[in-house]
Amino acid sequence: MDFLNAIFVQPFADMAAAPDFLLQVVWEGLVGGVLYALIALGFVLIYKSSRIFNFAQGIMVVFAALTLVGLHEKGVPALLALPLTLLVMLVLAVAIERAVLRPLVNQPDIILFMATIGITLFLIGFGEIIFGGENKVMITRELMIPTDSITMDLFGGFVSIEEKDLTSVIGSVLLVAALLLFLNRTKTGRAIRALGDDHQAALSVGISLSTIWVVVWFIAGVIALATGIAWGARAGVSFALEVIAYKALPVLMLGGLESVMGAIIGGLAIGILEKLFEVYWGQPLMGGNTEAWFAYVLALIVLLFRPQGLFGERIIERV
Amino acid sequence: MLYRTAGQFKTSYAADHALFPVRQDAILLGVVLVFAFVVFPLTASEFAFRALLIPVLIYALAALGLNILTGYAGQLSLGTGAFMGVGAYACYKLITLFPEMNIVVAIALSGFFSASVGALFGLPSLRIKGFYLAIATLAAQFFLVWLFQKWAWLYNYSASGAIHVPNISMFGITVAGPRAAAITQYYFVLGIVCVVTFFAINITRGRVGRMWKAVRDMDIAAELVGINLMRAKLTAFFVSSYIVGISGALFVFLWRGAAEANLFDIPLSFRVLFIAIIGGLGSILGNYLGAILIVALPVIISGVPAMLGIRVASATVEHLNVMIIGALIITFLIVEPHGLARFWAVIREKLILWPFPH
Repeated sequence: MDFLNAIFVQPFADMAAAPDFLLQVVWEGLVGGVLYALIALGFVLIYKSSRIFNFAQGIMVVFAALTLVGLHEKGVPALLALPLTLLVMLVLAVAIERAVLRPLVNQPDIILFMATIGITLFLIGFGEIIFGGENKVMITRELMIPTDSITMDLFGGFVSIEEKDLTSVIGSVLLVAALLLFLNRTKTGRAIRALGDDHQAALSVGISLSTIWVVVWFIAGVIALATGIAWGARAGVSFALEVIAYKALPVLMLGGLESVMGAIIGGLAIGILEKLFEVYWGQPLMGGNTEAWFAYVLALIVLLFRPQGLFGERIIERV
Repeated sequence: MLYRTAGQFKTSYAADHALFPVRQDAILLGVVLVFAFVVFPLTASEFAFRALLIPVLIYALAALGLNILTGYAGQLSLGTGAFMGVGAYACYKLITLFPEMNIVVAIALSGFFSASVGALFGLPSLRIKGFYLAIATLAAQFFLVWLFQKWAWLYNYSASGAIHVPNISMFGITVAGPRAAAITQYYFVLGIVCVVTFFAINITRGRVGRMWKAVRDMDIAAELVGINLMRAKLTAFFVSSYIVGISGALFVFLWRGAAEANLFDIPLSFRVLFIAIIGGLGSILGNYLGAILIVALPVIISGVPAMLGIRVASATVEHLNVMIIGALIITFLIVEPHGLARFWAVIREKLILWPFPH
C-alpha cells in the first residue's frame, strides 16, 4: 500500500503542495527539451532528404562549439569567429559529401549508418588533436548573451529563470521558424522536400542530389552550432557533450524519423517528462539518474502502439 | 592449382551436406587450427596473449552473436554491450553465490540470463523495424547499464561498484583471476570459441538458419510462406544474446579481470558492430577477420611511431588512433561494403581458376 501510495499519490501531492517548484522543474525540462528538439531536427533533416541516419550529429555539435571557442582562444573576435565557424561547417559538409556520401550512394541503410559512425570517430580524433580534450568554457559573454537570472514571485514562492536559457529558447524558436520558412517557401527548400519524397523522381526533374546534400548537411551544421552554443553555455564545451546525441534518438522515435513537427513536439515532451519523472519518481524511488533511460523506455512504449512514431509517415509494406 | 575443386565428386547426400564440401577448405581450416592450438601458444609472448590473441577471440565471439541477429535474422541491434554485461554480471553472481561451481558451467548458465533478457528486449521487434528497432535496442543498452550501476546486489555491495574476478581453478589449474597464466586462459577461451562457432555454423545452415534468412530478406513474404515471425525473431534474439552473454562472461573473467558498469557502455556495442560489419554481415568467418582487424589495428598503429623513431605523446597517438580507425571504417565501407568475408570469397574464386583465365 505504501508502495502504491509512493507511486500514484505522493508525487502528485508534492506537485500540488509546491507549484512554484513544479513550475521550476517544468522550465528546466523545457530548456532541455528545446535542445533535444534542435538535435533531433538535425537528424530529421538529413534523414528526410537522404535516408541517412546521421549518427554524427552529436559530434557535429561538439565540433562546432569547439571550433567557435577554439577560434576565440586563438584571438579571433567572437563576432568574427561565428561566421568563420559557419564556414568551417560548410567545408565539413562539402568534405563529407565528397569523401563519404558520394561513393556510398545506393548502399543499404546500415552501411551509411556505419559510415556516419566512422565520421563520428574521425571527428572525435581530429577534434581532440586540434583543440585538446579538456573542458572549455563557452564564450557566452563575448557573444552578447546575457548571463543573469530573473526571479519571479509566484504561488507564494519563486521561479528563477536563467537569462541564457531564455535566450536559447527564443533563439531556437527563431531558428526553427526560419528553417520552416526556408523549407516551405524557397526553391531549395522545396527541392529538399522533393528529394525526401522520392529520390528518382527528384533527380528526373533536374534536382542535383549532391548540391542538396551539401546544403542539408550545412543546415545540420548550423543547427549543430546553435545547439553547441546553447548547451555549451549550460555545461561547458567538451567531448562529453557528444552524449546529447543519444538523448535525441528517443525524440526521433517518439516524433517519427521524417517529421519536423514530431522532432519539435517530441523533444519538448521528452525534456519535460523526463525532468518530472526524475524529480518526483526517479530520485525518491529509484536512486536517481533515471534520465539516462527514461526517454528510451517512454519512446519504446509509444512505439509499441504506433510503430512509426507519433508523427511519422505511415509505414506501408508491399511484398 | 592450389584450390582446384575439379574431380571432387559427391556420391551421397551426406557428402554433399558436409560442413566443408570442398577439401581445400577443410585443409585450410586445419592449418588455421594448428596455428591457433600449437604454433601461437608456443611462440606468443605474454603481451601478445593479453593484447591480441585473447581479445581477438572474445570480440569475434561477441560479433558472432551479433551477426546471428543482424546478419542472419536482419534485426539491427545497438545493445550488444549491455547484453555482454548481463552475461558478465550473471557469471559473477553465479561464481560468488556457488563458489564450488565449475566455471564452464557458470559461463554456460550465464548465457541463459542474457538470452532471456535479450529475448525480452527483442519483443518490440515484432512491431518495430529498421532504425526504430535499432533505437529501441538502445533502450536496453541505457537501461541495463543504469541497472548495473544502481543495483548493488549485482556487484555484491562492493564500495567501488566494480566486480573483481576471484581466482578460479578447474581440475587443479587456475584458469581465471589474477593468478591465472595467460596461456591457460588462451586455451580456455579458444576451446569455448571453437565449440560455439561449430554450433553457430550448424544452426545457421539448418532449418532455423534458413528461417532467419527468409525473415531477413523480407519478413512479410516469410510470413506468407508459413514462417512464424514471432518464433523466428525471438529465437534469433535468444541465440544471439546467448552467445553475446557468453562472450561477455569471457570478456570479464578471462581477459579484463575486473569490470565496472560503464565498461559495457555504448562504445563497446559499437566496437562489436564494427567488427560484424567490417567482417561481413551474414558470415561466420567475417567475425574473426573483423576482430583481427579492429583489435590489431590500434596495437599496430601505436607501435608505428616507435618503429620510425619518432617520439609522439601517447595522448596524441590515442587520438590519431581514433581518427585513423574512423577513416579506415569509411574506406572499408566504400571499397567493400560486404566486408572482409567477401574479400576472401573473391580471392577464393580467383584461386579456384588460377592460373587459367576462365
